[in-house]
Amino acid sequence: MTRPTPESLAHRATPATVAAAANTAPAVIAPVSTTGAGALVRSLEALGVEVVFGIPGGTILPAYDPLFDSKVRHILVRHEQGAGHAATGYAQATGKVGVCIATSGPGATNLVTAIADAYMDSVPIVAITGQVSRPYIGTDAFQEADIQGITLPITKHNFLVQTPEELPRILAEAFHLASTGRPGPVLVDIPKDVQQAQTTFSWPPTLDLPGYRPTLHPHGKQIREAARLIAAAKRPVLYVGGGVHKAGATDGLRKLAELTGIPVVTTLMGLGAFPDSHPQHLGMPGMHGTVPAVYALQRSDLLVTLGARFDDRVTGQLDSFAPDAKVVHADIDPAEIGKNRHADVPIVGDARHVIDELIAAVSAGAGGTEQYAAWWKTLNEIRERYPLGYDEPTDGSLAPQYVIERIGELVGPDAIYVAGVGQHQMWASQFIKYEKPGTWLNSGGAGTMGYAVPAAMGAKVAQPGTAVWAIDGDGCFQMTNQELATCALEGIPIKVAVINNGNLGMVRQWQTLFYEGRYSNTVLGTHKHRIPDFVKLAEALGCVGLRCESKDDVDKIIKQAMEINDAPVVIDFTVGEDAMVWPMVAAGTSNDEIMFARDVRPTFEEDDL
Amino acid sequence: MTNKHTLSVLVENKPGVLARVSGLFSRRSFNIDSLAVGETENPDVSRITIVVNADSSPLEQVTKQLNKLVNVLKIVELDPSQSVQRELLLVKVRADRAQRSQVLETVELFRARVIDVAPDTLTIEATGNPDKLDALLRDLEPYGIKEMVQSGLVAIGRGSRSITTGPALRAA
Repeated sequence: MTRPTPESLAHRATPATVAAAANTAPAVIAPVSTTGAGALVRSLEALGVEVVFGIPGGTILPAYDPLFDSKVRHILVRHEQGAGHAATGYAQATGKVGVCIATSGPGATNLVTAIADAYMDSVPIVAITGQVSRPYIGTDAFQEADIQGITLPITKHNFLVQTPEELPRILAEAFHLASTGRPGPVLVDIPKDVQQAQTTFSWPPTLDLPGYRPTLHPHGKQIREAARLIAAAKRPVLYVGGGVHKAGATDGLRKLAELTGIPVVTTLMGLGAFPDSHPQHLGMPGMHGTVPAVYALQRSDLLVTLGARFDDRVTGQLDSFAPDAKVVHADIDPAEIGKNRHADVPIVGDARHVIDELIAAVSAGAGGTEQYAAWWKTLNEIRERYPLGYDEPTDGSLAPQYVIERIGELVGPDAIYVAGVGQHQMWASQFIKYEKPGTWLNSGGAGTMGYAVPAAMGAKVAQPGTAVWAIDGDGCFQMTNQELATCALEGIPIKVAVINNGNLGMVRQWQTLFYEGRYSNTVLGTHKHRIPDFVKLAEALGCVGLRCESKDDVDKIIKQAMEINDAPVVIDFTVGEDAMVWPMVAAGTSNDEIMFARDVRPTFEEDDL
Repeated sequence: MTNKHTLSVLVENKPGVLARVSGLFSRRSFNIDSLAVGETENPDVSRITIVVNADSSPLEQVTKQLNKLVNVLKIVELDPSQSVQRELLLVKVRADRAQRSQVLETVELFRARVIDVAPDTLTIEATGNPDKLDALLRDLEPYGIKEMVQSGLVAIGRGSRSITTGPALRAA
């Protein structure tokens, strides 16, 4: 997996860095006469784009003509949302920019969910949309939508291209913006007549982004101050988020953790940044985090926050979050620092530089692991007393947690796991052990049901030699499973484990806990009526369909799926509907109110630390 | 009045930039008291003057979020004591023969100007800081204000230094 280094993503906009922000070596192309559409496709080629996901339509048709002859692979999806999530999965599995293409109007608006999703999780994607010809803009023309206006709040930046001459520059800027600083989605809207007009194409263009200057290198004084707090702390925690992945800082993180002996928690977006098997790893904090991870944050006297953003799903009720902790907060986005929680030591910078400099500063100072002995003793007791686990269902049904745990064990830590959103996502975060960065993809910030199948498709395209398993729910799966037709036709053999509990499981869990078991509109009928029949559906979409209903068959069927590599495989794991995700911090309550299981509050006698 | 802050925001002079800035304010639930925009000495750069009603911590968020906009070049907070702050007011006041001289006296007092006259009204132009214009309006109110329009506040730092050379507001 080659990830761009902070250096290669340096912010200064020169032709050299245009090339560096691109996916491959720079190309110099002498001026050549072409159309705007030709300039678009040539720019994508020059930027090193290998694959784009999209659907053609009226206003993007000119671009599809030169694309037909291009070395850029176009994967024809079945819904634009699938193109967007596939670009996201591609980007998350490689660190490169993912690209999706759609036509104007409904084509563009169908991308909106995927763009919003990428924005919340800071994923570098570029969305290219057709727009009605310039004279028609603003007239409510056929298939017109103000996609620039619509995506203003959910893109890092967006462009409406005015002339064919500016296309190469804008595309280079879009890739640069998407992939540097805090990554994020960028949309480029191109009117049809701009695509059709004649122009002269040359490469590389000169970027013109005078207002864009991400800070990569942390301030030395802040690093020294952080090191001083670390040396003085008795109960520190390394609170690690997705930013550490994006910066390619996982090796450094491990070094820092082992050097200092500080316990580590990784957020939902940070899973895999630190090996789950590492003795210093306490697990994931937050609403469905482990008791030791949540406890560690609550009792900590110093949070060393790296590329995480104090999301409400992590902090619970903000006022009572980590009440005794001083906060060192390192993030590449200054706006995240102090947004939800005051930072005693704010550090703006790329996580890789921050961690490297922290290692140097901590090594130079005192430190040593002995000073945290009492802290570790407490944490180890909590860890022993409150491990992750689940009860076997008493009604004879298959436990969803067991299925997911077995997938993780049989498929192993080299595979990429892609989850939808809901109970199965939380179980996949809990019961699969992530040892390596980039092996866990999910929709964290936006919580987009339907993410899994198309994102898995994108990840498999990016890493064809790696097994890619989507862990999906029966609700999520019905939102985007049409992309399995794409997978079947394009030779993208992903595996989809549908954890089919017959319900919108997470909503049902809340109805059980907070709405007196009044199951308003959460029954999907995938159990009782078997509508749809996922095996038949899989077959209709050109995939192999398997079904598993008993514990005894789980291993056998997972292995059977692992052996099929010439087609996508869908497994309908028919599981019990009453399983719940534990531990849980109910929304809006304090992390101190964490429930280990239903009606079971952990007791922390050694509170007199 | 204590929570009002005047931000001068230099932005690229490109279509849609104002929408990005104003959209950010509504999206993040920040309150704008006044907003004025116009070109600067450099035609590629526009200057947006925003009066924000915020405590210091939300103000820091406003500044940081504004800085994230790719088209925003620089943000400077102008201290009222270190800057000149002006609004423009156009107001149509009822002024028949009986009242006219009194209205004109008020105009004189505030160093405002009459820019249009009709048999029963006077239209007055005044510039000044918001306090002065409020006072003028208070004095004119008894005669009857038929119509008024006010610009957003514009502000410029005192002294020889220009904000294009001075330090930017980049709280972190």
